[in-house]
Amino acid sequence: MDRVVATCDEAVADIPNGASIMIGGFGPPGIPVNLVKALRRRKLHDLVLIYCGGGTEEDGIGGLIADGAVRKLITSFPTHPGATAVREKYLAGELELEVLPQGTFVERIRAGGAGLGGFYTPTGVGTELAEGKEVRIIDGRPYVFELPLRADYAFVKAYRADRWGNLVYRRTMRNFNPIMATAANIVIVEVDEVVPVGALSPEEIETPCIFVDRVVEVPRDWIRRAAPAPR
Amino acid sequence: MPLTREGIAYRIAQDLPDESFVNLGTGIPSLVARFLPPGKTILIHSENGILGAGPKARPDEIDPDLVNANGDYVTLIPGASVFDHALSFAIIRGGHLTHAVLGALQVSRRGDLASWRIPGPRVPGVGGAMDIAVGAQRVWVATMHTTDQGEPKIVEECTYPLTAARCVRRIYTDLAVLSVEGEQLILEEVAPGVTVEDVVARTGAPLTIPPAVRTMEIPTEFAGTALLAP
Repeated sequence: MDRVVATCDEAVADIPNGASIMIGGFGPPGIPVNLVKALRRRKLHDLVLIYCGGGTEEDGIGGLIADGAVRKLITSFPTHPGATAVREKYLAGELELEVLPQGTFVERIRAGGAGLGGFYTPTGVGTELAEGKEVRIIDGRPYVFELPLRADYAFVKAYRADRWGNLVYRRTMRNFNPIMATAANIVIVEVDEVVPVGALSPEEIETPCIFVDRVVEVPRDWIRRAAPAPR
Repeated sequence: MPLTREGIAYRIAQDLPDESFVNLGTGIPSLVARFLPPGKTILIHSENGILGAGPKARPDEIDPDLVNANGDYVTLIPGASVFDHALSFAIIRGGHLTHAVLGALQVSRRGDLASWRIPGPRVPGVGGAMDIAVGAQRVWVATMHTTDQGEPKIVEECTYPLTAARCVRRIYTDLAVLSVEGEQLILEEVAPGVTVEDVVARTGAPLTIPPAVRTMEIPTEFAGTALLAP
């Protein structure tokens, strides 16, 4: 049951060309940057990334796109400052984009992880993002049908893990991470610290170990200096 | 005198009631947090997973794991909570936010909102705007009354792609406060020194003008920030 892998390179070594990969994170918090950098070193192609933003050079996701490793990006807000690689590749016709309302983006992933066949949402009704999708009136209100979304791999960032892969998050590092951890065939986690089984209180574990396949410890210097003492 | 961007934010903050739960969009809406009236409990929701976001962090307060949906490093107020994105959008779509303040490219007289995309060879990106526009109990728009080129942003029909139809309840601009009621766009208030005729001339849709239109009560400045344009 020991899920700990020594390095990020080892954790991503089996990912093939063409794989679909979910990547957690919103703003800097919660992006598993060291897993992304290891993936970039693999020099793969035709990847499908499922990531809420557009990526930057610093977080490595923009770098993957700039490298031409990504065929398609399923996203919500790829227009933030720093998302230059998306702009260049998309306008050059070298990157396919599927843009979703942010709540639909995360709920499709939640449905994928929860074994659901989809859901009806009021979001997007009457807009171009609902074009071609089924609309159903429920209690007098129109809803758009959205399909579940799963991936071959998920890259997740958490604060602490035990050796079984139970995960604890800090602050807004959560964002998409606990949801993506439920919706991929292989879930790879980058954490600040690995602790023994039994060291995490059951109440604080947000992602139970049943979802997790590989854990890599990558300490961050700042957290040793600045983080409040773990409970 | 028209309001500054901060003046629009100040005016909106005065209308948020005690015990409200509010999402603030980027741009002018994000400035509302600076002017929340003391004595009211107003919790700011951020779609990346905060209820109870506080002011921006000072350099010595920055926590690398804590940003708002704007990407700013922020603080948490006592009583704040953090949660994942699925729960955050359950709060939004589920109708639990009492108010949302959003920016706009265009608003139609019926409260249709266009705020996410300018047509053309650009990367599309929508974020949480569509979910917030359909989900919040009251959607208020904060915007300049016209574009930088002087074109009306309040129009008969939106020509830009829609964020959501018939979602906007109130519009706060540098010139006026307007409310949407069915087919009617009602002029509620004008900025100090701005006439009803000024507002009509800069609005691209017919306005319903009550017999007496209030003039906004707004100070010239607040804590060193100009609220009225010189």
